[in-house]
Amino acid sequence: MTKDFVCIACPESCRLRVNGGGGCVSVEGNRCKRGYEHGVSEYARPMRMLTSTVAVSGGILRRLPVIADGGIPKDKIWECLNVLYKIRVKAPVTIGGVIVENILNTGVNIVASRSMNAVKI
Amino acid sequence: MKTEFTDIAVIGGGPAGLAAALEAKRAGVKRVVVLERDVELGGILRQCIHDGFGIHRFKKRMSGNEYAQAFIDETEKSDIKAYADTTALELTADRKIYACNSRDGMLEIRAGAVIMTTGCRERTASQALIYGERPAGALTAGAVQRYINIDGYLPGKRAVVLGSGDIGLIMARRMTLEGIEVEGVYEVMSSPGGLTRNIVQCLDDYGIPLHLSATVTKIEGRDRVRAVTVAKTDGSRRPIAGTERVVECDLLVLAVGLIPENELLIKAGAEIDPRTKGAVLNDRFETSLSGIFAAGNAAAVFDLVDYVSVSGEIAARGAVEFLRENTSDKNTENASGGADGYVPVIAGENINFVIPQRVRKGAARDLAFFMRVKTSAPRAELRCLCDGAVAEKKVCRYIAPPEMLSMTPCCAAEREIKIDAVNE
Repeated sequence: MTKDFVCIACPESCRLRVNGGGGCVSVEGNRCKRGYEHGVSEYARPMRMLTSTVAVSGGILRRLPVIADGGIPKDKIWECLNVLYKIRVKAPVTIGGVIVENILNTGVNIVASRSMNAVKI
Repeated sequence: MKTEFTDIAVIGGGPAGLAAALEAKRAGVKRVVVLERDVELGGILRQCIHDGFGIHRFKKRMSGNEYAQAFIDETEKSDIKAYADTTALELTADRKIYACNSRDGMLEIRAGAVIMTTGCRERTASQALIYGERPAGALTAGAVQRYINIDGYLPGKRAVVLGSGDIGLIMARRMTLEGIEVEGVYEVMSSPGGLTRNIVQCLDDYGIPLHLSATVTKIEGRDRVRAVTVAKTDGSRRPIAGTERVVECDLLVLAVGLIPENELLIKAGAEIDPRTKGAVLNDRFETSLSGIFAAGNAAAVFDLVDYVSVSGEIAARGAVEFLRENTSDKNTENASGGADGYVPVIAGENINFVIPQRVRKGAARDLAFFMRVKTSAPRAELRCLCDGAVAEKKVCRYIAPPEMLSMTPCCAAEREIKIDAVNE
């Protein structure tokens, strides 16, 4: 089977054509290794970065921004968001601190993308 | 009024300002003050929670927050004096700054050199020529981003986005992820303003339609946005009569461009470049006012934060050089010596603008130019001509107007420098 993608590895936006079948995958149109890797991954199972926020108490702000420490399968993004919608953490938080470990068994952690001190009352 | 003396004052604690302050510290400057009007440092990056920052500087994809935090942490470890929640009200040509905050009241800061890193503002509905009522719910993309990512409010349930630059695309995705239905993104031009990869990962991934050659012509609703009128546009970006369509929504998100914020510099008398809307800069990013420097999005809208930080560092090195000139009796060759001491930097046929706009004459220097092209090309050669001779050239595989390019030639110019991109 042949699938066409636009590479999102860098701004160059190469048009990729990926041929698969019989456990063998070939990528055309890529101009670098990252493009090849993106083509292979996009063909097999598209992955995306996920960034969002979670509720935070006791900090200077009401929301704590978070980022996935690796790609998440595109078809699991909504499920992951549903987990994040329900979370509330407490300040202080340090950047890189794990907010959700191995979210939905993807092997990816959701970590804080900023530090937030606790506010003294 | 409290008066503070400092070697370098930086106005604006975003990525340009913090990079400038840290570079000044690395160069051995004793007293560095940063003024930031928001409650904490970081500038616009505080609300940029999406990834894709820092690819050049840190060689990895970070969120805007992570990028900012790296600079904030380093600033906090240093003895840079940061005034948060402090607004600069006035700058004078002799480098006095008047500012205020709720702790100190009015502040006067007398600086040996000043670096203006005040960032940019968004164009608003009236600037996008949308008329009608002025109900709640017509917001700039940055305002929506702040409501959602920092304050934790959803400013609507069904949104229309005007503008397909990267900011509009990223907000279309962000709103979708938070449960706001995005009816579509409208773009007055016939091609998208943002990068193709953002069309793919922000719109296509979520099935958000992109309407090219279309714009919003009217906002309906008295107290709250009820609907907007959209229409197709012709080749000169004018709405075509008879193509109007009413789209029900309670939120209009305007992502229609950024304008450098330079009120303080203008009032102080700095010369402004009508193309960049930032100050006219020399090769050390000094404005037409001696000892007052500018960098980041206040100098020209950059898009790429890595370049913003680099520009802050250039301005900081310039400010350090300026301080040393002023303390030595000798008239060094670096002193600019008025307009005669400069050669102009000329934008070639396919270059929209270049900063800096002029370069000091004479001795060979390491220069840094940032420019934007007029038209895109799959392959082009960037050239820097110094008095007619090629000083540097490099082949770029992909150039397009949304992406800032940079060149770092070393040359000594007597007449002019010209930057051009020649399509291959």
